[in-house]
Amino acid sequence: MPTPAATTDRRSVLKDGIRASWPVCLGYVPIGLAFGVLAQKAGLSPLAIGLMSVLVFAGSSQFIAVAMLEAGSGIAAIVATVFTVNLRHLLMSSAISVNLKGLRKRWLSLFAYGITDESFALNLVRFREGNWDWKRALTVNHVTNAVWVGSTVIGGLGGAFIPAHAFGIDYALMAMFLCLLVYQLRGSLYVVTGLIAGAVAAVLSLAIPGNSYIVAASVIAATAGLYIRRRYPEIARTKGRDQ
Amino acid sequence: MISQDYLFLCLGMGLVTYVPRWAPLFALSNRTLPLWLVEWLDLIPAAILSALILPSLVTIGEPRQLSLWNIDLLVAVPVFLFAMRTRSLGGTVVLGMALYWLAGKFLG
Repeated sequence: MPTPAATTDRRSVLKDGIRASWPVCLGYVPIGLAFGVLAQKAGLSPLAIGLMSVLVFAGSSQFIAVAMLEAGSGIAAIVATVFTVNLRHLLMSSAISVNLKGLRKRWLSLFAYGITDESFALNLVRFREGNWDWKRALTVNHVTNAVWVGSTVIGGLGGAFIPAHAFGIDYALMAMFLCLLVYQLRGSLYVVTGLIAGAVAAVLSLAIPGNSYIVAASVIAATAGLYIRRRYPEIARTKGRDQ
Repeated sequence: MISQDYLFLCLGMGLVTYVPRWAPLFALSNRTLPLWLVEWLDLIPAAILSALILPSLVTIGEPRQLSLWNIDLLVAVPVFLFAMRTRSLGGTVVLGMALYWLAGKFLG
């Protein structure tokens, strides 16, 4: 759907943002429901579940927090764990900042709230394709946030009655990430960087518990990629077929 | 009812989630970055997506163990090839769900 330029009227901004969000929403529904069911079993009311989803908006952190609550962990231990789980957002926020140059501080602060693995990857691709701006990106952040909050609360209200694993919906986010990765492979250098990151992450994930392997592998691979770009510029110049 | 402890927990979690999302955006988006940093950040998306995807395809269980034969990985191969060929996000998501569903029925 290529349009000459991104129009700015509110309706088309909302429409584009919502239309772009559907793969993420599709993926959030089953995970959100599952979280709600789990949290309810751990003794949290739908209101408490909604409060956590609104204030935190981070799937893996919330699952970990509920598991730790059930195990009787203290607040400080849970908060510290959540902090390390979310350090990868430092990298995502840095990478997306390039596309938000000159934006007012208060909009930046609002935008930051909605940076997740999914919205980050989706928005980054859209920014590169063009016809995308911060308002559309912000719409993606907030639509996916609303779906997340809603599905966790519904899960807490009675998600046990909703059939789990229907229609392969559990695979929606994986399929989306695979396609977004394909978009990122824009030349040999990106393929090499991706291969290094994947291999290092796989090895580290087997060696160390938790998810710090994501940050470690990404930093190692991007640094290696930068070295290759400087040392062997001919590799870096090989472009993908869509360039 | 929401207990005070639970409120503090959520506020604490919210804070340590928000700050890593906010600080780089706030620090970087209104200044000119050195070329090496721009080039480094340009490689981050490919790296981070790959680092998110691959371990969840080739490991199972908790603690994680290597697994080179599982439904997630098996489905990922045709889905990845489809994405390369069509570059269609919607198509890839629908195909991934359909194949995963079928694979669960016939192989699981």
